[in-house]
Amino acid sequence: MTEVAKKSSVEQAIRPPRSQWWDVWDQFKTHKGALVGAAFFLFIVLAVIIGPYIWHIGYETIDIRARNQAPSFAHPFGTDQLGRDTFARMLKGGQTSVAVGVTAMALSLVFGTFIGVVAGYFKKLDGPLMRFTDLFLALPLLPLLLVIIMLFRDPLRAAFGPESGIFILIVFVIGITSWMQTARIVRGDVLALKEREFILAARSIGTPNRRMITRHLLPNVLSPIMVSATLGIANAIITESALSFLGLGFPSDFPTWGRLLFDATDYLQQYPERVIWPGLAISLTVLAVNYIGDGLRDALDPRIRGR
Amino acid sequence: MKLKHILLGAAAAFAMAPAAMAGRGDDGHVNIIYWQAPSMMNPYLSGGTKELEAASLVIEPLARYDQDGNMVPWLAESVPTVENGGVSADLKSITWKLKSGLKWSDGSPVTSEDVKFSWEYCTAEGGGCSQSEKYNNVASVETPDELTVIVHFDVAKPFPYGPFVGAQAPIIQKAQFANCMGPKAPECSEQNFAPIGTGPFVVTEFRPNDVISLKANDNYRDPNKPAFATVTFKGGGDATAAGRAVLETGEFDYAWNLQLAPDVLANMSAKGKGTVVSSFGTLVERIMINLTDPDPKWGDERATRKHPHPFLTDKAVRQALSMAIDRELLVEIGYGAAGRPTCNVLPAPEIYKSTANDGCLVQDIEGAKALLDNAGWKVGADGIRAKDGVRLSILYQTSTNAVRQDFQALIKEWWKQIGVETELRNIDASVFFGSDPGSPDTFQKFFADVEMYANNFDGTDPESYMAYWECKQAPSPENQWQGNNMPRYCSEDYDKLVAEMATTGDLNERARLAKAMNDMLMQDYIILPLVDRGRVSAHANSLGGVVLNTWDSELWNAADWFRIK
Repeated sequence: MTEVAKKSSVEQAIRPPRSQWWDVWDQFKTHKGALVGAAFFLFIVLAVIIGPYIWHIGYETIDIRARNQAPSFAHPFGTDQLGRDTFARMLKGGQTSVAVGVTAMALSLVFGTFIGVVAGYFKKLDGPLMRFTDLFLALPLLPLLLVIIMLFRDPLRAAFGPESGIFILIVFVIGITSWMQTARIVRGDVLALKEREFILAARSIGTPNRRMITRHLLPNVLSPIMVSATLGIANAIITESALSFLGLGFPSDFPTWGRLLFDATDYLQQYPERVIWPGLAISLTVLAVNYIGDGLRDALDPRIRGR
Repeated sequence: MKLKHILLGAAAAFAMAPAAMAGRGDDGHVNIIYWQAPSMMNPYLSGGTKELEAASLVIEPLARYDQDGNMVPWLAESVPTVENGGVSADLKSITWKLKSGLKWSDGSPVTSEDVKFSWEYCTAEGGGCSQSEKYNNVASVETPDELTVIVHFDVAKPFPYGPFVGAQAPIIQKAQFANCMGPKAPECSEQNFAPIGTGPFVVTEFRPNDVISLKANDNYRDPNKPAFATVTFKGGGDATAAGRAVLETGEFDYAWNLQLAPDVLANMSAKGKGTVVSSFGTLVERIMINLTDPDPKWGDERATRKHPHPFLTDKAVRQALSMAIDRELLVEIGYGAAGRPTCNVLPAPEIYKSTANDGCLVQDIEGAKALLDNAGWKVGADGIRAKDGVRLSILYQTSTNAVRQDFQALIKEWWKQIGVETELRNIDASVFFGSDPGSPDTFQKFFADVEMYANNFDGTDPESYMAYWECKQAPSPENQWQGNNMPRYCSEDYDKLVAEMATTGDLNERARLAKAMNDMLMQDYIILPLVDRGRVSAHANSLGGVVLNTWDSELWNAADWFRIK
């Protein structure tokens, strides 16, 4: 035992100095689920980015003679009621869904964390900011979305074209309507942390607010942020599907996983595979992201790391 | 052996006995399923199709429409016209003669007083009659004798067949409903649940929103009808379940209005228990073309006549859009037996149906391309045609509906082939058809280049329907965006035809005018009709005599139904 300990301490001594992020990676590696999840998510991301360039059938190509086909060599996922290749549409749809999910999540995360930290740390701002959060929580989501989309669809469409205009709008809409939970959780954690001795110590040596937040508070609230981030991706993908279903999202011929799923529900009895593909893709992606979040939380938490 | 032969011979003789020889009630029991359940048996108090149809088993009008949309006398001896003197020359009155010997199901005679009472009942002060438009402009009803009814109108009515015609305006018994006038009408539940009628059946038990039990009317005018002694009319469920009950399991004999995807229906009927029947009315799925510019840069004046559309005002473009569409394929994908391709916005009744536009039934991509080439629209580097800097780029909107989105995708593909770029938009149906002047997404505001929806008209007379495309009917901010002239079409010649039809009484002349109007719209490519949508029902293979009728109640000839043995 002592020898082993000695050996490792020697190794430690001769190891070159390394950054904190190597430690995070070392910790992350030990979480098997997170590794598999990360690998799968990477695979999905690569597939939807590169896939459409490699797969020879376009997602819009209508081949009316080959409609409602079961999976075959020519169409690995079968074809839909207009003879469009489901595999191509899955790849293209994944591009949009993953992009919407990640971007909207990032937006709501940044916004929610900012509000949460500021509200928790600065006592004067706490009241107004939390009332602001309550206000957003109290807003009925769907009517709000309807109004936003009605007001800004045409200007954005004119400025960025139908698809990217709607993309910006949807990401923005989902982002600004899903940050409240993050903000509340972060504020709660910050309030608790503020009373801890190490904060008092940091304050007593004259650490400025900016450093207090970035050095002492943020790393300690990373785990709840990570959890809400992973949930956020899932939520964003699902909200986008709901919007598409209401006809407020992307144009109907522009596939996303949510839309593919909704389109397929009519054919649930006859062609169940059409529901299974997008459903599986959404579930597996969300599951993978959740595992990544789990692993990251362990790896980023300074109290767990290194044990 | 001998006995077997005798039995076989007897059975054969029995089977060959003609249906006409069967007497009243010989065929036992029939089960009807409506997946929307009737809440009463009085069509005057409910605008719903389900109540109307259930009631048509019991109460009847003076005349009704047959499966081709022709008027047939029912309780009346004949249909009055100007020629036979039944309609006055100034088109202000119509004289009906009742068949003699008619009896209510309680045995009392049917008189002209009952007919007059039906009008009084529906127009009574304080009563919300759902069918009051049937009695529009009726000034008075006169009853010179027991069997004669004269309806006087306060204006000239070229089409005087509103009152007492069709399942919406049946005759009810004065003795039964006399105390149920006006505000008291909804309180008379006994009368509303079990009206005394002249029809083939009588209600024995009525459970609102559930099941109606009926038996044959002992006083029905034809002593050999109806063939069924009892009827169970079951309401509720959904179209799929109703379809299954008739086509797959055979529990029911007749299912109404099966709005199901063609392959779902085909799968069900493959079980061999029943037959899917469809019949066509006036419902046409169409693409409307916006002749005004919906560009948001015009602010409050967008999609008004002040700013003509940059390229859809070119007839060649509109025609090319129409030529590129394969209507046969659209029917196959979206409606199957419940639809047929059409080139007319007025597809029926038969006398109004124009045959001048049938060329559109054949898709002609090359022809469309040549047409656009000749009109100066040249294909650009991106594959989209343009002229003088104007690109053929179309925003195509419709309501959210799986079939409509499939149509959009297909049509977008065809238009791409002729060099027209299409952006699709689908809007929730309640918003799209909501007519809310505050929403930019209604089909009246039409802030898009083309839009697709279906529409039809009530009854068989197209006068008000064809007046939709009158100049003044265009929705605009001045009239709070109400009106039916979605394309904002404006033609003096068309308006003249509309005015002419409003004063023409002769049926053939009216047909000529309606056809001329239809052809004018079609040949200008203002409206691109796609599919003539029918009504689909199903009956068991053992149920005979079913004639599906979209102009009247589907159960209009239930007296003639029989069991195939």
